[in-house]
Amino acid sequence: MSNAAVSINHLGFTYPGQSSSCFSNLSLTVQEGERFGLFGPNGAGKTTLMHCMTGLLSYQQGSIKLLGYEIANHKKSVNKLFGYVPQDFSFYQELSPAENLAFFGAWAGLQKNEIKNKTTELLEVLGLADVRNKRVEQFSGGMKRRVNLAIGVMHNPRVLFLDEPTVGVDVHTRHAIINYLIKLNEEGGTTLIYTSHQLAEAEELCNKVALIDDGRIIAHDTLQQLVADYKEEGLEGLFINLTGKSFRDS
Amino acid sequence: MMFKLSSTILKDIRILFRDKLGLIFMFIMPIILAIVITAVQNSTFEILNTNTVPTLLCNRDTGEAGKQMELAINKVGMFNLKQVTPNISEKEIANRMHAKDAVVAIVIPSNFTQKLKQKSEETAKKALKNFGMSIDSMHVTDNDSVQPVTVFYHPVLQESFRRSIQGALKSSLQMVQNREVLKSLYFSLNETALPDSLENELMNNQLAINEIPISRDGSRNIPNATQHNIPAWTIFAMFFVVISLGSSVVREKLNGSFVRLKTLPTNYLIALISKQLTYLLVTFIQALVIFSIGIWLFPFMGLPRLNIPTDIAGVIIVTLICGWCAVSYAIMIGVFAKTQEQANGIGAVSIVLMAAVGGLLVPSFAMPSSFQYILKASPLHWCLQSYYGLFLEGGKLRDVILNILPLLGITLLIQLITLYGLKRKNLI
Repeated sequence: MSNAAVSINHLGFTYPGQSSSCFSNLSLTVQEGERFGLFGPNGAGKTTLMHCMTGLLSYQQGSIKLLGYEIANHKKSVNKLFGYVPQDFSFYQELSPAENLAFFGAWAGLQKNEIKNKTTELLEVLGLADVRNKRVEQFSGGMKRRVNLAIGVMHNPRVLFLDEPTVGVDVHTRHAIINYLIKLNEEGGTTLIYTSHQLAEAEELCNKVALIDDGRIIAHDTLQQLVADYKEEGLEGLFINLTGKSFRDS
Repeated sequence: MMFKLSSTILKDIRILFRDKLGLIFMFIMPIILAIVITAVQNSTFEILNTNTVPTLLCNRDTGEAGKQMELAINKVGMFNLKQVTPNISEKEIANRMHAKDAVVAIVIPSNFTQKLKQKSEETAKKALKNFGMSIDSMHVTDNDSVQPVTVFYHPVLQESFRRSIQGALKSSLQMVQNREVLKSLYFSLNETALPDSLENELMNNQLAINEIPISRDGSRNIPNATQHNIPAWTIFAMFFVVISLGSSVVREKLNGSFVRLKTLPTNYLIALISKQLTYLLVTFIQALVIFSIGIWLFPFMGLPRLNIPTDIAGVIIVTLICGWCAVSYAIMIGVFAKTQEQANGIGAVSIVLMAAVGGLLVPSFAMPSSFQYILKASPLHWCLQSYYGLFLEGGKLRDVILNILPLLGITLLIQLITLYGLKRKNLI
């Protein structure tokens, strides 16, 4: 039996100042080596759950273990083990890709030589080698997405959290990013925990999915099993079947 | 740890040098301010001491006192007198002043000599009577009072100028009046006119005023506009790093860099230390640049040269402490502001307010008594007092320690508020 990359048990979380809780008694396990997709309507709690798993939010009840370490107790030491690719362009647009990677690499605990080698490798793989010294603010949205991803995998994390990593990019960039992530998982064994509204893309990437709605996990299995269980043709049909057709972001 | 810190400093320096607007605010603007304000204050000083005020003089009096008044006004040396015909109307005077022919016009009334003479004789008689001296011809009468000398001034003249001009005219008028009283007294006692030689001896025998600036190092350098303005505007420049640094902190918060940094195995305090060291260097360079301009460029521009205090180490330490306070303040503004516009607006306005309260715009001793307590809360006040202790009073570091301690206290308080803000916003 494989080890759990992330193990969430009876999680309870409420935003400060709010009366209703986001999660109460939520449990979920993601095994090491999985390409796990977390889906749900807007406001379902995907990003909040990801922030709890990465230690960005402090939860009030239950436990979250990342590779066996309780997040609440080992925040900084656990941070070496995972990478995070936020939905926003979370880097310095005034700097070049190489300068960004140098800075975030140092903060991730890499040494000078490791940073140099990894920067060359990543910029090459993600098609940014020619613009390594240009300022990111001059880049297209797709190039910025690739810089965002490169920073997240700079320190070879064992678990990689991706919050809508392909939002707003063209088909070429989406393929490049998805292919890179699959390679990272298959060759490097990196566990991927991914959220997106691109369900077709998710079908290509994920081998395990969970649907979250109103702070609860309403389905969790392999995509094939869920589709078979609910007699749907794909993830989109399953999604609408389980969460309904009404707007959910009001 | 050191590698992380040096990488962060390198990142901050790169971002700083690519922020052209921030650099302009931090270097070009304070330099222009220092030059312009020193030049303006220096020309004010020179108008009152070296240059002259363009003045129309209309002497409607044909007697001796009118001429004496003219001479006395000329002797002040403050006025560039242009004589106008006695029959010029007030409207014509106003028109010439509107045409910028002069900013002041002095009108000596037509019966000035006659009335002044009568007034002086009465004064002399009253004096003699009080001295117990009885003279046959003594008969004190109440005459009409002397019509005043009228001064027209252009509205551009500020209150301080008008007061200086009024003071100079009063002194001239006093001279003329005294001369007449003296003549009357002499005539009443001796029944002959006061000899010219004695008149000159008595009237020109004024006691001199010796002006000595106090200083701790015993030097007798008279403070000038440069010595006052360069330290003040250097402090102003240091605190204006808020435009660049405050915005930089807000940008990091808004673009999610803070969030990413939180997920990495490094404490955010490294980023705070890096920002403080980077911008402390900036404030130090600002001081170096502005002081250098005061020393080497000002003399070429006809402005007084900046005299650097003998205690160079003291200047360096005070500069570093002032810079640290300015940087801490900028970070605090960045942490609490929600947008860059807020950081820039609140930062700039609060610094102008603290500068005004702290005595950078108006000397602190000239402020209302209620402000004497408020000004102590302004870090700029303590910065200025520390610099003045070195630059104007010729003191050493130990002489300004009582100004440095409150400044350090305020800085530590700002640091604590910043940490509280970061913690409250879940940023550390």
